[in-house]
Amino acid sequence: MTLLKSREAILFGAIALLVALVATRFPGFVVPSNLIAVFTDTSPLMILAIGQMVVILTRCIDLSVAANLALTGMVCAMINVAMPDLPIFVLICFAMVMGAALGAINGLLVWKLSIPPIVVTLGTMTIFRGVIFLLTDGKWINAHEMSASFTAFPRASLLGMPVLGWIAILVAIVMIVVMARTTLGRAIYAVGGNPHAAVYTGINVGRTQFLAFTISGMLAGLTGYLWIARYSVAYVDIAGGFELDVVAACVIGGISIAGGAGTVVGTLLGALFLGVVKNALPVVDISPFWQLAISGAAIIIAVAFNAQSGRSKGRIILKSAEHAQ
Amino acid sequence: MSMSQTTPRHIPDRLRSPMQARLMSWESLLLAVAVGIFILNTLASPYFLDAWNLSDATFNFTEKAMIAFAMALLIIAGEIDLSVASIIALASTAMGVAMEMGAGTPVLVLVGLATGMLCGAFNGALVTKLGLPSIVVTIGTMSLFRGLSYIILGDGAFRGYPADFAWFGQGYVFWVISVEFVIFALLAVVFGLLLHKTSFGRTVYAVGNNPTGALFSGIRVDRVKMILFLLTGLMSGLAAVCLTSRLGSTRPSIASGMELEVVTMVVLGGVNILGGSGSIPGVVIAAFVMGLVTFGLGLLNVPGIVMSIFIGLLLIGVIALPRLWSMWRKKRV
Amino acid sequence: MRNLGPQGADGSGDTPPVLTLDNITKVFPGVKALDGVRLDLYAGQVTALIGENGAGKSTVVKTLTGIYQPDGGQILLGGTPVPFATPQDAAKAGVTAIHQETVLFDELSVAENVFIGHAPKGRFGLIDTAAMYKKTGEILSSIGAKISPAVKLKDLSIASRHLVAIARALSVEAQVVIMDEPTAALSQTEIEELYELVDTLKAQGKAILFISHKFDEIFRIADRFTVFRDGQLVGAGIMNDVTEADLVKMMVGRSVDQLFPKREAEIGEDVLVVAGYSHPTEFEDINFTLRRGEILGFYGLVGAGRSEFMQSLIGITKPSKGAVRVGGDIRVIRSPAEAIKAGIVYVPEDRGKQGAILDMPIFQNVTLPSLHKTSNNGFVRMAEEFALAREYTERLDLRAASLDTNVGALSGGNQQKVVIAKWLATKPRVIILDEPTKGIDIGSKAAVHDFMSELAAQGLSVIMVSSEIPEIMGMSDRVIVMRDGRMVAELEGDALTPETLVRQAVGIRETGGDT
Repeated sequence: MTLLKSREAILFGAIALLVALVATRFPGFVVPSNLIAVFTDTSPLMILAIGQMVVILTRCIDLSVAANLALTGMVCAMINVAMPDLPIFVLICFAMVMGAALGAINGLLVWKLSIPPIVVTLGTMTIFRGVIFLLTDGKWINAHEMSASFTAFPRASLLGMPVLGWIAILVAIVMIVVMARTTLGRAIYAVGGNPHAAVYTGINVGRTQFLAFTISGMLAGLTGYLWIARYSVAYVDIAGGFELDVVAACVIGGISIAGGAGTVVGTLLGALFLGVVKNALPVVDISPFWQLAISGAAIIIAVAFNAQSGRSKGRIILKSAEHAQ
Repeated sequence: MSMSQTTPRHIPDRLRSPMQARLMSWESLLLAVAVGIFILNTLASPYFLDAWNLSDATFNFTEKAMIAFAMALLIIAGEIDLSVASIIALASTAMGVAMEMGAGTPVLVLVGLATGMLCGAFNGALVTKLGLPSIVVTIGTMSLFRGLSYIILGDGAFRGYPADFAWFGQGYVFWVISVEFVIFALLAVVFGLLLHKTSFGRTVYAVGNNPTGALFSGIRVDRVKMILFLLTGLMSGLAAVCLTSRLGSTRPSIASGMELEVVTMVVLGGVNILGGSGSIPGVVIAAFVMGLVTFGLGLLNVPGIVMSIFIGLLLIGVIALPRLWSMWRKKRV
Repeated sequence: MRNLGPQGADGSGDTPPVLTLDNITKVFPGVKALDGVRLDLYAGQVTALIGENGAGKSTVVKTLTGIYQPDGGQILLGGTPVPFATPQDAAKAGVTAIHQETVLFDELSVAENVFIGHAPKGRFGLIDTAAMYKKTGEILSSIGAKISPAVKLKDLSIASRHLVAIARALSVEAQVVIMDEPTAALSQTEIEELYELVDTLKAQGKAILFISHKFDEIFRIADRFTVFRDGQLVGAGIMNDVTEADLVKMMVGRSVDQLFPKREAEIGEDVLVVAGYSHPTEFEDINFTLRRGEILGFYGLVGAGRSEFMQSLIGITKPSKGAVRVGGDIRVIRSPAEAIKAGIVYVPEDRGKQGAILDMPIFQNVTLPSLHKTSNNGFVRMAEEFALAREYTERLDLRAASLDTNVGALSGGNQQKVVIAKWLATKPRVIILDEPTKGIDIGSKAAVHDFMSELAAQGLSVIMVSSEIPEIMGMSDRVIVMRDGRMVAELEGDALTPETLVRQAVGIRETGGDT
């Protein structure tokens, strides 16, 4: 029996149970349109969490994702104000490149200077936010300054679901393929699972971590545009503290902080769990102020669960014990 | 006949004197930075060298530094507590509840400290009893503790603390020397002695350098870690008392983001984020550096968010520059 | 000269070797791990690399796989020199290793483990999963392993993991396969299967380097041998030309009593009595009595459960059954701190991880378990610390620049002296030394042995875990042999011979001889 599969099943069960419980009192919660709304609302978290997952798998952590999102989003908004006619597609490409570049800064510091990832991203987190202020002088960019196409794109409906939701699905599919079917994906698991052995098999650990940060940055940049456009406002503190929700989604999704273990599907479920909680609370008339405590408790339960399933078995020397296993 | 008896060769205690070692240390570098910033500030603003202004400036770091002292020990021992700011929120909320129930100042202080200890015990138990990684545990409790505070307070606030409660955050012991500054200075001495002069301090280094080796050497590793989590909780409770007293009110968003500033202060102070090394004098100087930067830029009307760029650059720069320097030297050779 | 040289010993030098280590030297701080050694590997033949612990075998493996770069000499592949600057270079040249500790990835599937680094690519440069799983299945069935390619590695037994490692070696179509103690964790039937596998590899024309402690294995499977001692080549040739005794002589190279000046100590009363010590998976029913002034050897193959038992004796792991009596009191030892109180201390095999705190100075390492002695009301007294550290390190003839040097900067032998000094400073009743001379230079070895004798003479009881027969023979008053987690023999006096030790450790019957 593979524990990981069962773990995803448990998480899926928990989400289903949660939805069902809410539905018993408020059937309106489970109508397709609302479920789609919940999914769309959770999409930015899902995209960021997948990027974070890649980084955590390589035994690193990226605390700068929300600041990267805010900075890239702000720059996109400024470009839009300056050049309202620039096609959205170009802007999205720009957002991904810029986000990737910011992520690459983290990656380079970790790879070339061996600075612990938590220190690097703690630093870049504050720097990115500060840079937004330098760019804007603390001023907001509001909906009326943005072009209609800029704000409409993530909200445009395609087959009954906003583009934002589709992008999350697309990112998930691409990343499932990258993680399972590319050399890089396998290297990411190998580096986190057993860095020593990874070196033996000819994998460059630092370079793999660098690429993980770049991927995380790229997805943060993409989310930056989507976020700003969806809420039609850009300011310094946007998505403040969101990096912790992102890490929480990963931990709940079964990504081991020790690296090497976890899946894209688990991460998505972890993000969805948080998303469902957030959206269900107002429906069942529980104050939204409960949300923070609930996600905190969920993280602790999830990490305790991770540790239980991942407990290392001792060395088996007695032959009888080996057969009993 | 045995080698060990015939040739007892003398090994000196030390090669370099402690003085020499001190001159080459991280702390001296940091002190030079602090002095530099001080001079720059003096040149940049005529208001800088004012006793009351400088006194006000200390509030920028005293509360954070209280926590940073305990955090330094925790990080040296190879763990971390990211929930400290949330502990402040919960402790402050608990004090607010006690105040509403009519508690006087001594009880309020006790409630604050006890709540901090309880939170630290909770973190410590999860880490040592269940063997969970502290970084994730405390990201969880960070949400949990502040979440509890939000549940109790919502978007409301506690106001109306007793008048004598204000002493902790607004009182002065002597002339411009604030109560908070005195607490900070006393704690600096206490933690300095604890880490550098006691056998407990020695075990903290051993645990951080090599937990397995420490365990094999008969050190109760889990107990050391538990004590450090309790201490960090206690200091967060104390910071909550000071901050609440200074602000005169409690909101659930109190001290938000402070955990990162505390960690920054510790790392800037030369504590290795991976554990095993660091010193309290380093953290003290780092506290002054951060306070001076914030205050100096504030006098120049630079907004807080931009100051954070300097803090961020400082954090990465102080670690990156020595490494770049040694890489550059290696290339030349 | 005793250095025979490969061609000299080997009469049939008609086919040139596939791979040659020529005059390779590798130096580590304080130790010359390899000193101008030569090793030839031939296509379709198994070359056994034989030597005691610390002879340089693992350094050879790391040099061959590109992890270490030699300080002198060259590696010749088909006669031309090739630099193995990185593990990739070695892999490209067709050298692959199956390591002692199977180094693979728990969270990846069997097929991914087999093909990591060289997975078959399909469309868009993506990994062709179907082909990868199919090929893995083929390789696994070719070696008779009934393992599904899709299962995660963490769900496999140790033996199955080993087969995955072998499958990996086959998948890279290697010319040279290094098998480092491949049978250490295998059962008898699994070992038989491995032999067949090696025959298959030979038939495919691969050159195999086979590293093993077990003579029966070597005689069963090897075509050639190369013997190292203390980082030097002492002999090479064809298996048919030598006897077990010849090999042992080459390995040891000296008469046992010469190097081990064991002094007769007066053996006194019982100090430690262990009764029925058992653990669910690591060892079972360990019983013995240790007396004052005695050196009790624990012999066995690597992985026989000796270290695991010793670690439970000092409270690192909990036994499921059993009791200990120390100095007359029955004690429950739940932590190393309690063991120290009871007077039992342990010098572990893994010095860097368990023994010393490498990034802390010598004096602080020595005083770590005795801090209560060198401190007053919780405050440490530096002068007393230095005095204590000086007292014990000088007794052990430590060589160091100063007592505030970090232990990590010392040679292996001197690190070991610091660790022993640290434990002696606690004034123990029983000292357990786990592979006390592993990986340290000859000079330090002698000092450690000498000191061990002296300790016993002073009335300390010593338990010595060792895999080196000369050390066990030379130092012990009595020897307990462990195999597969159980005590299989207790030998002393005339019954204590190298042959009996090996037979008991390996598990061959008296009549068995060489199979």
